[in-house]
Amino acid sequence: MSKVRQVDLGTPAVPGEASVNVVVDGMPVNVPAGTSVMRAAATAGVDIPRLCATDSLEPFGSCRLCLVEVDGRPGTPASCTTPCSPGMTVRTQTPRLEKLRRGVMELYISDHPLDCLTCPANGDCELQDMAGVVGLRDVRYGLDGANHLDGATDDSNPYFSFDDSKCIACSRCVRACGEVQGTFALTIAGRGFGSRVTAGAGESFMGSECVSCGACVQACPTSTLQEKSVIELGVPTRSVKTTCAYCGVGCSFVAEMRGDEVVRMVPDKDGGANAGHSCVKGRFAWGYATHRDRQLEPMVRERITDPWRAVSWDEAIAHAAQGLTKIQAKHGVGAIGGITSSRCTNEEVFVVQKMIRAAFGNNNVDTCARVCHSPTGYGLKQTFGTSAGTQDFESVAHADVVVVIGANPTDGHPVFASRLKRRLREGAELVVIDPRRIDLVRSPHIEAAEHLQLQPGTNVAIVNALSHVVVTEGLVDRAFVAERCEADSFAEWEQFIALEENSPEATSGITGVPADAVRRAARLYATAGNAAIYYGLGVTEHSQGSTMVMGMANLAMATGNIGRTGVGVNPLRGQNNVQGSCDMGSFPHELPGYRHVSDPAVRAIFEAVWGTTIDPEPGLRIPNMFDAAIAGRYLGMFIQGEDIAQSDPNVAHVKAALGSLELLVVQDLFLNETAKFAHVFLPGTSFLEKDGTFTNAERRINRVRPVMAPKCGKQEWQVACELATAMGYPMDYAHSSEIMDEIAATTPTFARVSFKRLDAEGSLQWPCNDAAPHGTRIMHVDGFVRGKGHFVDTPFVPTDERTNRNYPLILTTGRILSQYNVGAQTRRTPNVQWHHEDVVEIHVHDAETRGISTGDPVTITSRVGETVLRARVSDRMPQGVVYTTFHYPGSGANVVTTEYSDWATNCPEYKVTAVELAPTSRVPVTDEEMHAQHQPVAGRS
Amino acid sequence: MSGEPRPCVDSPTEPGVAPAPASLVRMANQIASNAAHKPHDVAVQRTADHLREFWHPSMIRTLESYVASGGEGLGPIALEAVATLR
Repeated sequence: MSKVRQVDLGTPAVPGEASVNVVVDGMPVNVPAGTSVMRAAATAGVDIPRLCATDSLEPFGSCRLCLVEVDGRPGTPASCTTPCSPGMTVRTQTPRLEKLRRGVMELYISDHPLDCLTCPANGDCELQDMAGVVGLRDVRYGLDGANHLDGATDDSNPYFSFDDSKCIACSRCVRACGEVQGTFALTIAGRGFGSRVTAGAGESFMGSECVSCGACVQACPTSTLQEKSVIELGVPTRSVKTTCAYCGVGCSFVAEMRGDEVVRMVPDKDGGANAGHSCVKGRFAWGYATHRDRQLEPMVRERITDPWRAVSWDEAIAHAAQGLTKIQAKHGVGAIGGITSSRCTNEEVFVVQKMIRAAFGNNNVDTCARVCHSPTGYGLKQTFGTSAGTQDFESVAHADVVVVIGANPTDGHPVFASRLKRRLREGAELVVIDPRRIDLVRSPHIEAAEHLQLQPGTNVAIVNALSHVVVTEGLVDRAFVAERCEADSFAEWEQFIALEENSPEATSGITGVPADAVRRAARLYATAGNAAIYYGLGVTEHSQGSTMVMGMANLAMATGNIGRTGVGVNPLRGQNNVQGSCDMGSFPHELPGYRHVSDPAVRAIFEAVWGTTIDPEPGLRIPNMFDAAIAGRYLGMFIQGEDIAQSDPNVAHVKAALGSLELLVVQDLFLNETAKFAHVFLPGTSFLEKDGTFTNAERRINRVRPVMAPKCGKQEWQVACELATAMGYPMDYAHSSEIMDEIAATTPTFARVSFKRLDAEGSLQWPCNDAAPHGTRIMHVDGFVRGKGHFVDTPFVPTDERTNRNYPLILTTGRILSQYNVGAQTRRTPNVQWHHEDVVEIHVHDAETRGISTGDPVTITSRVGETVLRARVSDRMPQGVVYTTFHYPGSGANVVTTEYSDWATNCPEYKVTAVELAPTSRVPVTDEEMHAQHQPVAGRS
Repeated sequence: MSGEPRPCVDSPTEPGVAPAPASLVRMANQIASNAAHKPHDVAVQRTADHLREFWHPSMIRTLESYVASGGEGLGPIALEAVATLR
């Protein structure tokens, strides 16, 4: 594919029907009321010269280059800020305009370095383009006067530089930081000729509040803000549209390339999930794909204490197949299993679960979604009938009240957070339910109407209290409930939720949240018009994670906040393909499309295509696999792209389980913590090499297109097929598109999905079938998937993990903006400059009583383990609660988390661990020390 | 895409795969606790249904054996639920 030049119509689209007719340079055009003359002209195919305008930003009218003449009106208005009016006749090219524009350009160029040939933006510079467009041939003013040519360059950001000498003060970067990203880190300091772009209060970019999202770089019309990769490598020559492999937002990107080398990743304006925006990870942190730590050769060893031995693919696959087959022969079919990865494509996941069900002959397949959003799958299926969020991301732009529960979108899902913040700045109200004072509670131009700062582990009590207010204060949407929901389950639930024990006053003692705040939040939500719930792992990773999901669904149904734009119950998925890996049948009790293995009709569909019988009983979940391994009953395992020895709770238990296996096969990019226990290592592919699809949190299926050949020589689905074949069950596809064809043929919600249709339509949101051939933006519009909405009683049951005198604090875990999960990717990028070690945040009072100051190493001790981290005293934490991340293996956050889990799904209770902190003279384990624990590869230094 | 039809190699749910009883007891009690607000019979039925739908058969059989040997630590709802699975 040749390089894509993204279309820019100058000013944002205006919603509504095209109803205003104007004529631009003799060409008639019909646009919605309020559309700018600039955009109307561009729609008619007339590009008006401009510098300060771009269609991702509101018009500003500062550059004076886009002047036009309008018949019957005096002067030369700026086309970007002039709305079209009916019958308007516009001229964009007249002698007067040409003279004006040339004069303006002359002034710009008189204060701009004339180094175009050596400038990194040569050929990709709007200033250069405009100089050509206006026919600038001479600059009369010379360079002797005052200028900014000696402006300094700020190289503090690892990914882009700011060269003040090239800045034309168009404010596009400042506006992008505010309007698009919502951080407001940039400003124009000074006045008149002295106006200059400034980060923070005159700080460097790294020293400011800048979150390195890249919106300013994207908006800059010159090379003032320029990717360092472009400075180093040159302007890209070709591009490929693909999908980010970080969080569940699933941003679309244009990978801009030179040969097979990525020069930069540019957010795709046509991307349904991100609409041209990005975050620091997707935009910049892709260097891990070519990091020297990539393990590109298959390897085997007999014992985990042996050095690794690099072997051919054939030998590695034969070794794995023979080992797995031998275990089954000796210990039974059920003695092996595997785990699929939410970082892999739908096609790769589908093939691995097929391998396990068809070649292994059992249902011992689970996925890393077990430890994040499995309660979402359970809870939404019980209540609504399908295991997925209800809205697209754009829906939040129509919400009047947004409730964010147990999620930290500005860190975990930053591109969605930018959409949300834009809506909040427009006036929507915000309720945050979280033990921590996350950034959304109070940030530039945003302040939550209510922050219900509950005790960890009391979500269900809070949601019950909210629903109690709705029911007892007459705020139920009776018409919606009568039409759309089950009468009997609603009646039962209404009686339950009205019990005094669920009132805000009664639950206040449990949650720590004042009753009046709960009542205000409930009234706000129930009377909003459009009220939407967005939630994250702070909901699911609890002993009542599934109950909480059902509690939120109850609340949404009772208030009629389901089935239209601006409302809904929306999980913010952790990894890029959590939704997809669940859709693809990764759970041990469900075949693709969330259909239970016990259903003979469903099994028959797959048995006919796969030519084998399928076990009608559920298989083992991940925690069950660990327990069975330690009991000596589960002995062989295939792990696809997941580092369970770092990410799963109580890693001592996990490591004991992995160490009990006779054969562990790990497929990954890197020799991770789990690989320390592996006998076979199969190299994997990065998202830049994959050819398939990811499904994001809004059920949007996006293409992942390879921009380079697999560095290890094979696509991951090919490896799974070869392993299955070597075990006696032939699996073969000519291309990954054939796997999607098989998914579509067997899974009704994917029936009309194919690579061809995805290429034609950009993306498709499932269900995508004959009833919805172009996919489904909003779920449950005319009726719930299950028919009538089902209310479920949600009694609060406290977790068994309790604080006491020995463990008086509650530890909760999460992630931050610059790092991602176990850090395997982001730790291998310059993102480490923002976060080079995990720290534990502690309230000032708790710190003071323990003699802890910021920077001090402290032991964190729980009932299952102990680790050492440095402390950060923070008023974001409530008293009695501490917080850390798990991005570095040495930090051992999951050394202390326990095996307590959600009652319905066994999703671990990461968010509640009773601990004690104490100062120590020990120091945290470094990344290098953890890496040194790997056995060497034979023959290598 | 796939080979000739073939049956499962063996009984896919042979005993012996299940985790140790202590873990199963904890999980079963937890399921029962979340149904305990219902009338006893309904709570037992819900617990049993959940076990049947989501648990590996060998886990259920291990728990059944554990109940047969006394079922120490299992609450009354879980105990009865396991009994109904036979």
